[in-house]
This record gives sequence, structure tokens and C-alpha cells, in this order.
Amino acid sequence: MATIYDRGAPGRRAASTPSPKRGADELMALIPEDARRDKLPHLPQVSQPELVRHYTALSRLNYGVDSGFYPLGSCTMKYNPKLNEDLARLPGFAGLHPGLSAERSQGALRALWELGEMLKRIAGMPAITLQPAAGAHGELTGMLLLKKYFQERGEYPARHKVLLPDSAHGTNPASAAMVGFKVVSLPSTSRGTVDLEALNKALDNEVAGIMLTVPNTLGIFEDEIAEITRLVHTAGGLTYFDGANLNSFLGRALPGEMGADIFHFNLHKTFSTPHGGGGPGAGPLAVSDTLAPYLPLPDVVLEGEEYRLSWDRSQSIGRVHPYHGNFLVSLRALAYILLLGDEGLKEVSAGAVLAANYLRAKLEKVFQLPYAGLCKHEFVLSGQGLGDVRTVDIAKRLMDYGFHPPTVYFPLIVKEALMVEPTETEPLEILDAFVEAMIRIADEAREQPDTVKQAPHTTPVRRLNEAQAARQPVLRLP
Amino acid sequence: MGEYIPHTPEDIRHMLEAIGVSDIQDLFTDITEELRHEGPTTGLPSRDEAWVRNYVQRMADSSTGTELVPFLGGGLYDHYSPSVVGHILSRGELFTAYTPYQAELSQGTLTWMFEFQTMICELTGMDVANSSMYDGATALAEAVLCAHRATKGTTVLVPRALSPWVRAVVDTYCWGAGIKVKEVPYGEDGRMQVDDIPEGTCGLIAAQPNYFGCIEDLRGLKEQLGKALFIVSVNPVALAVLEAPGKFGADIVVGEGQPLGIPFGFGGPLLGLFAAREEHLRRMPGRVSGRTVDAEGNEGYVMALQTREQHIRREKATSNICTNSALCALAATVYLAAQGPEGLRDVALASMERAHELAKRLEDLPGYSLAFGGPYFNEFILRCPDAEGTARKLEQAGIAVLPPSALEPTGVEGAIGVALTERRTDEELDLFVSVLEGGN
Repeated sequence: MATIYDRGAPGRRAASTPSPKRGADELMALIPEDARRDKLPHLPQVSQPELVRHYTALSRLNYGVDSGFYPLGSCTMKYNPKLNEDLARLPGFAGLHPGLSAERSQGALRALWELGEMLKRIAGMPAITLQPAAGAHGELTGMLLLKKYFQERGEYPARHKVLLPDSAHGTNPASAAMVGFKVVSLPSTSRGTVDLEALNKALDNEVAGIMLTVPNTLGIFEDEIAEITRLVHTAGGLTYFDGANLNSFLGRALPGEMGADIFHFNLHKTFSTPHGGGGPGAGPLAVSDTLAPYLPLPDVVLEGEEYRLSWDRSQSIGRVHPYHGNFLVSLRALAYILLLGDEGLKEVSAGAVLAANYLRAKLEKVFQLPYAGLCKHEFVLSGQGLGDVRTVDIAKRLMDYGFHPPTVYFPLIVKEALMVEPTETEPLEILDAFVEAMIRIADEAREQPDTVKQAPHTTPVRRLNEAQAARQPVLRLP
Repeated sequence: MGEYIPHTPEDIRHMLEAIGVSDIQDLFTDITEELRHEGPTTGLPSRDEAWVRNYVQRMADSSTGTELVPFLGGGLYDHYSPSVVGHILSRGELFTAYTPYQAELSQGTLTWMFEFQTMICELTGMDVANSSMYDGATALAEAVLCAHRATKGTTVLVPRALSPWVRAVVDTYCWGAGIKVKEVPYGEDGRMQVDDIPEGTCGLIAAQPNYFGCIEDLRGLKEQLGKALFIVSVNPVALAVLEAPGKFGADIVVGEGQPLGIPFGFGGPLLGLFAAREEHLRRMPGRVSGRTVDAEGNEGYVMALQTREQHIRREKATSNICTNSALCALAATVYLAAQGPEGLRDVALASMERAHELAKRLEDLPGYSLAFGGPYFNEFILRCPDAEGTARKLEQAGIAVLPPSALEPTGVEGAIGVALTERRTDEELDLFVSVLEGGN
């Protein structure tokens, strides 16, 4: 694949910049000789038409939600409304420096305040911070709150363990470890839910809390969630809910009422902000009254008709973001909530769960479904049972049928996992076409397995060698 | 059914039938009745697009800060972003994709990531770079965690002349990881004064330029450190004219990438840069694109070294980072490609020239002086007879500066911070000077 360095010619530029008045040598003399750069950095030299064509060509090698069905489980790849893109580019927001006074930032502070209020209601929890820049950043913030809470009570480091179901996202244990917590894994039951007996056994006076994903990563709602949180609280621990899967119960249940002490949102999942090729996202964190005194600062507060920043919280853990989090992402989420309203939010969860169960009902006839029964917004198939065709082959073959593959090999408790999350924004015809492609691939696996094992056949590149990239990493141009 | 959900009543009936239930409510019976939420949540009605647009537009209009000319820096700078950047970012294939887990459908993302990594290595003089962190502050905090893991040292040396916004984040992360933060003072020239390196130091941080705009002398620091890591936090635009930190033995170079074509956005999303020497590659957090070949021997790209990452390594991962700031990294890639080496140098030189021009004129005014004598890039600290009053008068005249309150955490009293970019015009400079000339 040609890079931008392969384009252009020396002396070409794609941008015009006001030239300095004085010569480069004269200006460079303002810099002490030892700190002065003696050679220009090696950057591309292209004209604007070449630049645009290069990145347009790259975009055509890519697949996004705007290209087609993207059932990447646990990532909620729903349609990203175009209105929100326009709003995030309004000069009154995009051009606003965060160092300006509150008086000069009223609109932005209002947007933050309004989103905070909406998210608190959606979580059913009394306090929130919008600082975390992604879900994992919210988790880290939550773990910092946990440490602070127990430290203030004189129970840290005595309570230094965090319990995690074996179906948890990888970010959960990594976040807990960053704050020095010891991770203790909890086995799942044959139904894929938390094993209450194992939980009871694990709950001792060294446990700071539990991190749960609700519904869990198998797409199964923990029907004993109230009992789980009660047990943890009784043992003196706190409960963290990973909100990656909020799309499945939006407006239909409140984490606060389930007994959550900490709950993070993924605005780039549930609230439709674009994933950007890997980010930016936003991971606001709602907390119970118990933890509110420790939230990051500053807070946006409304006094009369004026929004201002409050620093009134002496026990705060401090900042986790230099300013107010990913504000332009928050703004998109606010616009989404404003447009949908309560009724729309409920339609989102209805549509997401309906589409997932529809696909489940169709596909469980052809593929193994290790944890059967009603699912929420996603479900996990196994690619086992198709001879020597593996899940990775099924995923690659789906590309030939024009689909982005589901999440593969996660959660770890399902062998050869295929985690399918259709979201609410796919038309029925697309869901049907996906089912048909999956059925054909299952047939192919039996009748012409090599076609599947050598897939993809129609993509810009054939199957790529990841092992070589790991063995001999080439991570930049020479 | 709204405009984002395509299910018609007929579709819904069809799907329910295939599932074997009669009503949508039947799909939620696993939520026990006591937990089922009925009634309003947000209390908001549904609205049409035009209503939302007007509502949010009015909100934007009430942020009057954008009417001020930003002589306001402190880590984020008002460089011009060419139109081409925004247009490329708007390609749906790029901005509605996620992390390139499936390489064969993500060659666009993986290719620009590879380009970005190359550009960041070129600017910083490092061997390897990742494809982004959230922002410069968390990138720096993660660099400290990296140094802590690499050396087992439990103290990090942080310059007092570091942005208080960045410092606050570093402090929080360090508290979480049990790392002590020790301040390195600055001298009369505004530059850091490193005396001794205490036992158990995991890393020394230098900011280039620092919060006062001063250009640090990075020579000889690495040599004093022993096994502790040398971490440099940079403004990437300044690196067009300042020597790459790699030349001074930096182990890790981080930075805030916002100056590379990314709007202020009230402080987010931003772009965290993270680059390192080869020997730290397997300790580096974040996603990396690597070049490889496909089944037919053709060149292509994949996410490389995923075994460092949380989705494989879980609690033993180098970081918990998953979603990063990819789209901002794409903006920076396009910006750097658009400017090229000479364009970026011109941006840096023009910004520096404007700053020096204004500083000289202000220094001539009675009562005003530069707080520090050291060399500076595009930003300086101005001592004023009445700093609060000066900031206020400037604002009334339509100019925003870094207020005294933003300098106090670093021990600077009675001063304002002034930053310039290539965008500041002669007329704007004249206005600035005339406000201060108008008396104290």
C-alpha cells in the first residue's frame, strides 16, 4: 500500500502559510544553538490534489458504519447521525479555548451541565463526571475512586482485591491493575451468569469491589443482579458497572436501582458518536452519593441562570483529564438525547434487543450457541463444529459477502467465539442478508472448506500475516 | 420509529414471530419486575432535527469566548487548520470505522496510522511511536507509569514549569500507582534546574518548550539519570525548529498534538503523542500499526504487538487504553502532510517571530517586563503592574490571554501568559499594545 511518502515531489506543499517577515536564518538565531534543529523533519511533500486523492484512496480501502453492516460485538457500531457532526463543528464550540473564563464559555458549560443531568437520570445515580475520555478511562477513574474511598476509611490497602467475572472485557482487569488492585477472577455458571456461590466464597474483608458488565459480555442480563450487589455491599465492598452494554436497557432499567455505586457510559457506543477509526470516545462516570465527594474536579454547576465551575470538593481524587473531557463528543451525545427524547431512547433498546434476538433465533439453527436463551443486544456463537474451519475463517469469509465480521475470540469463556451485535439501526433486509451469508459460509465450510480458509478473496488485500508483524515489527518507514 | 431506526411495524411483527414471542416486552422479561423502569427517564420529548439544530446553535452562540482573539495558549494553540484537513476527516469510511481489528477491511486506517507513526518518529527523533493516546496529559502520565514499570523506581521528577492542567492529571495517575511526585524548580531564566537525582527515581520529565514558553536546555540531563528514564513532553510544532529530543537521549517523548490542525473544542478531544526508543517498544501503551504481507506476498498493514494490550494481556497489559484519539491522529497526519517540512517550519518560525515582535514592544512599555530571561518559542510570561486589571482590559478590548490565576499554581505572581501563532495579524498586535499603552 503506497503511503503519503510515496507521493509528491520535493518542493510541493498542500497548504499555504503566512511566511515569516524575516529570513529563516535570522529567526533560527533566536534559538540557542544547541537547541536548534539543524535538519528539517522528514515529512511528505505533496500538492493539495495529491493529498486529497491519497486519503480518498485510503478511505476506499476502509469499511465503516457508513459502508455497511458492522456487527462488532460489545462495540455498538450503530449509525452516527450527520446532524451531530454539523453541531460539533459549530465555531461557538469547536473554536472555544478551555482556558477562557466561565462567563465566556456559558454555552459549552450549559451543554456539559445538560448532558450531565440527562446521564444522571439515565443511570439513576446522583453524581457524575464527564472527564473520562473513553470507557477504559472511566474504569480507571472508577478504580481511583474505589482506592480513595477505602483509603479515607482506613481500609486500604487491607481491601486490595477486585472481583471480575471471567467473561469481563480486558480493560476491566487492566484498569484495576493500574491502581494496584489485585484481580480475582470469578467463574461463570453454565448459564453464563455470575456464580453466586463462588461470589460468596470470594467475598472477604480484602475485597474492595466487583466490576460487572450488565448485561454481561455474552449478552445475558444478570437476573440476580440485585442479589449480587446486595451481597457485595453486605461484605463492605462497592460495585462497578461497565456500561458498554447500556444500549440493551436504555430507559428500561437504571443501574442505580440495580445497586451500582459506579457506572461508566460509552458515549461512542450507546449515544451514537462516531468511533473515528479507534477514537475519540467519551466515558462519563456516574456514581452513588457514597462516592460523590471523591469525583474529579471541577464540576459544572448552575446558579440562577449562570453556569460556573465549582472546585468545592476537598476529597477529590484530582483531575483525570486536563479540561472537561472530550467535550465535542459529549456535545454529539447531548444532541442525540435531545432528538430522541424518552420515547426514542426506549425505541433504541427495543430495536437493539429485537434485532439481536432475531439474528440469534435464525443463526442458532446453524451455529452452536453455547449459552442459549433470550439475549439482550448481542449474543455469542461458537465457530466450532465446522470441521477444520475456524472462527477466524468465518470472519474473513464474511468480508467477501460484504459484511464487517463480528467480534471474534471474545469473550474468552466461549471457544471460537463470534460475538454478534447488530444494533437497532439495521434494516430487516440487511439482517436477513447477513443470516443468509452466515448460512452459506456454514455450507461452504462443509462442501468447499478451502474457500473459507483462504478468505477473504475480494478485499483490497488477502489475509494478512499477523505473526510476521509480531516477529519482525516494521512500525515506521525507514 | 425515528429517522435512525428503520424497523417498520411490519418488520417488528415479522421479527417477533421469528423469535417466537408476541410483544417487545417479552424480550425484557429477564429484567426482574422490581428493576424494570417505567415512566420518564430524562423527561424529554422527542424532537425533530431542525429543533435540535436551533437549540444547540443558540447554545453555541452564548459562548462569547470565540469573539475574543486568542492570545491564549498554555498548551493549546490557535494554528490555522487548512480546509483539506476537515474534509478528509469527514470521509465516512474513515470516521465511522472502529479500531482496525479486521485488517483486511481497515487498510485505510492502518496505512494512515503507519504514516502518522513515521511522522511522529521523524519529529521527535524516536525509533517507534504509537497511533495515539487521549491527550498530552494522559500520555505524559502513562509515560511515567511506563518508567515506573521499567525501573521499579517510585519517584518521578516533574518540572514546576509544567502546565498545571497537565500536572494535575500526572498527580492523579501517580497517586493511583503509588508514585511520589517531586518538583524540579526553575531558575530566573524560567528553565528547569536539575540538581540531584534522588535514589529510586524512575524518571525525569522535561517540557519542551515549558509552560512559560521557555526553551529548555536538554543537554546532559540523560547522562545524570542512571537507569531512570528521560521523558520529554513536547509541542510538536516547535519541533520543526527545535532539536529532536531523541538527540538528547530521551527515552520517551510525549506531547499534546492539538497544534497539528485540531480545534480547541473546549479542550477535547485532543491528541496524545507517544514515542519511544526501540528498547521500550514492548512496554509502550496503545495501538500500533505494523507493515506485513498478505497471503499472496503483497504489502499490507495490521495492528502489531497486540500482546502488550489489554484485550490479550488483561491485568498484565502495558496499559488499559483501548479507544484512543484516532480521528485526531488522522487530522495531525493530514496536517503534517499538507504542511510538509517547509510549511511546518514556516508555521513555527512565523509563530515565534510574532511572539518576539509583540514581546519586544510590550517590554518597552513602562511597568511591563518579561518574567523570565530565557529563550522562548511562541509564548511568554508578561509581568504587569496590575495583572488582573491588564487581563480584564484586554478582554474588554476583545483579546484573551492566560490569566494570572492560571500561572499562580506554578509560583508566578502578577503576570499573564501570552501566546502567538502565525494567525496573529499586525492589527491584532497593534491592538494588544494599544490596550496596555492606555494606562495601567
